Amino acid sequence: MSEVIVVDTGTANLASVCAALVRVGAAPRLSTDASVVAAAERVVLPGVGAFGAGMARLEATGLAVALTKRAREGRALLCVCLGLQLLCRESEESPGISGLGVIDAAVRRFEDRAGLVVPQLGWNLVEPALDSTLLASGHAYFANSYRLDALPAGYSGALAVHGSPFVAALEKGALLACQFHPELSGAWGHALLGRWLAKVRAC
Amino acid sequence: MGTRAARALAREGARVLTIRVVPCLDIDAGRVVKGVRFSGMRDAGDPTERALAYEAQGADELVMLDVSATPEGRGNATETVRRVRAVLGIPLTVGGGVRTIEDARALLEAGADKVASNTAAALEPSLLDRLARTFGSQCTVLALDAARRQDGAGWELVVRSGKERTSRCAVAWAREAASRGAGEIVLTSWDRDGTRAGYDIELIGAVTSAVRIPVVASGGAAHAQHMLEAVRAGASAVLAASILHDGEVTVGDLKRALAAAEIPVRM
Repeated sequence: MSEVIVVDTGTANLASVCAALVRVGAAPRLSTDASVVAAAERVVLPGVGAFGAGMARLEATGLAVALTKRAREGRALLCVCLGLQLLCRESEESPGISGLGVIDAAVRRFEDRAGLVVPQLGWNLVEPALDSTLLASGHAYFANSYRLDALPAGYSGALAVHGSPFVAALEKGALLACQFHPELSGAWGHALLGRWLAKVRAC
Repeated sequence: MGTRAARALAREGARVLTIRVVPCLDIDAGRVVKGVRFSGMRDAGDPTERALAYEAQGADELVMLDVSATPEGRGNATETVRRVRAVLGIPLTVGGGVRTIEDARALLEAGADKVASNTAAALEPSLLDRLARTFGSQCTVLALDAARRQDGAGWELVVRSGKERTSRCAVAWAREAASRGAGEIVLTSWDRDGTRAGYDIELIGAVTSAVRIPVVASGGAAHAQHMLEAVRAGASAVLAASILHDGEVTVGDLKRALAAAEIPVRM
């Protein structure tokens, strides 16, 4: 069984993430220890909650440094939902708070537009870029009010549309950051988790 | 952005999120039950078996309500949540007896993705602010049970598993809950619950016009036509229990009928 360190963010839907990892044959273990996260072969950064609170926890535990290093080196890291947003420079959700800054972009709220339901809660169509090796076309489950609106330079990934196009996922080496919840995206999400685990093994 | 993705998105045009079909499991003492207008409960199977079957049929998420939690002052059905979570690969909303942040945390730790509050939020609305601040709006669901007023002038909020009318305006409460940070409303018509007479379409229209957050239509669904009406009235998701538990239709049947009416669904 492949051990996967799941960063214990305190308020995330950790049980769902761990249950999904078990179903794809991994052995999840919760940790808040920066040295464990730095040394682990595979790490998952789940994310539910606010940007500012999430960053405060990562800073307080020294995880911010360990996660930034992992992400920059393209080592096996799966970021989910807020986890993707935390990779960015900043977010409209928590003005004045710096993110991990791995991606030099700002996260913004979905537009305030008639007929556009916010938060986006539900299944939306994900379309991968041509050079994506992990992502497949299909429906994924989203639960977000904020989003990144364009793929940053140097990253592959996938887009979806809610009002306008937004980043559904980012991919670079063994780094996979999903705005959607792969752990809640049924058979499609299950398959994606399986490919991420397999990719890590191949690296 | 890769051209294939851009082309595919352009083809989809101004598409929206798919409409969710949501089976609801009312839970009492670890079993699925179903009644009419919140009473006359009868057994409808094992929660884990039901959850697996509905995911296989194409359910977009599940709602699980511990219907006995409030009346009997019991805690939450965390053990049932844990068993269902182990097998379920789609989102799970859990409600019933959520009175505090710690109640919600226990359900999330057991495997819920969203937590629904009804009676406790109505009695102490700041619970919604605290849930949203602690866990996020996407995790904070208002379960709103609404009954038509005797004089026909709108709807009043019903609490304590349908047992107590409050005289409070259900639409105004929906608006307040959204402003306090609720990220979704599961809107149940007390009058239609379990009757198969169709959702209360006017109620859905009134609430979806009042808030921007997604509204899950609940109470009275007998077939896909009812769901189509709810979606046209503004619902983001349609909930059903009796018709699915009794095996009259599958989630797949309902989704195929909705797709035929050009409602976007995940097949």
